[in-house]
Amino acid sequence: MAGAGTAGPVSAVTDHADVVLPAEGPEREIARDLARRAAWVSPAFLILGAVLDGVNGAVSAGVALVLVAGNFLLGAAIIGRAVSISLNALYGAVLLGYVVRLGLLAVIALAFKSTGWFVAVPFAVTLLVTHLGLLAAETRRVSMTLAHPGLAPSAGKVDDTPSTDPTSPQE
Amino acid sequence: MLNVLAQTGPGEMLEGLKAIGAGLGYGLAAIGPGIGIGTVVGNAISAMARQPESAGMARTTMFLGIAFTEALALIGFVVFILLMP
Repeated sequence: MAGAGTAGPVSAVTDHADVVLPAEGPEREIARDLARRAAWVSPAFLILGAVLDGVNGAVSAGVALVLVAGNFLLGAAIIGRAVSISLNALYGAVLLGYVVRLGLLAVIALAFKSTGWFVAVPFAVTLLVTHLGLLAAETRRVSMTLAHPGLAPSAGKVDDTPSTDPTSPQE
Repeated sequence: MLNVLAQTGPGEMLEGLKAIGAGLGYGLAAIGPGIGIGTVVGNAISAMARQPESAGMARTTMFLGIAFTEALALIGFVVFILLMP
C-alpha cells in the first residue's frame, strides 16, 4: 500500500484513543452562563408573551426559555461525560445527543401543545430569539476572553497582577 | 386507500397534508445541521488529538459551533410547530 509506514502529516496524528480529557470542561461553564443569562432575560420574554396572548402566552414563553436552557445544559453534560471516556465516544455522543435532544424537544413541545396552554407565536419567537441572542452574547464574551485573557471576568476576585498578554498595551 | 380518501372531508385532507409536510420539513431541516455538527466535532477531535494542551479552546469553540449549527434545526422545529394542526 502506497504511503503506509512513511512519516507524513497523517502519521503524525495522535491516536484518538490515547487522549482522555477531564469531564469538567469549558462547555459546562458556558452552558451554566447561558442558563444564567436566560434567567436574566426571562422577564422580558414573559412580559412579551403576556402582551401577545395573556397568561397562555407568558406560559408558552416560559416553557420555550426552559427548553432553550435545558437544551444547552443537556448538550454540555453529554459532551463532558463523553470526553472523559474518549474522543471517539465524544463523536458518537454528540451526534446521537443531537438526535435525542431534537426528539426530546419535539416530544415536550407536542405534549405541551396538547395541554391547551400552548400559544405558537410567543413560543416560537422566544425559542429562536433566545437561542440565537444568548449564543451571540456568549460568543462575544468568549472571543474577548480568548483574545485578552487578562480581561476574563472572575467571580468575586480582582486580579492585580500585570497582564502578560503581549497584545495588551504597555505603559 | 382511495375509499379512505373518498370518506374524508376536504378540511381533513388539508390537515393531514399539513401534518405530513410539517413532519417532512422538520426531518429535512435536521439533515443539514447534522452534517454541520459532524464536521465541527470531527475537526475539533482532530485538533484535540494533535494538540491536547489546547483542548480547552477547541472544546469551547466546538460547543459554540454545535449550538450555532443547531439553530438551523430549531428554525425547522419552529416551522414544524407552526404548521402542525
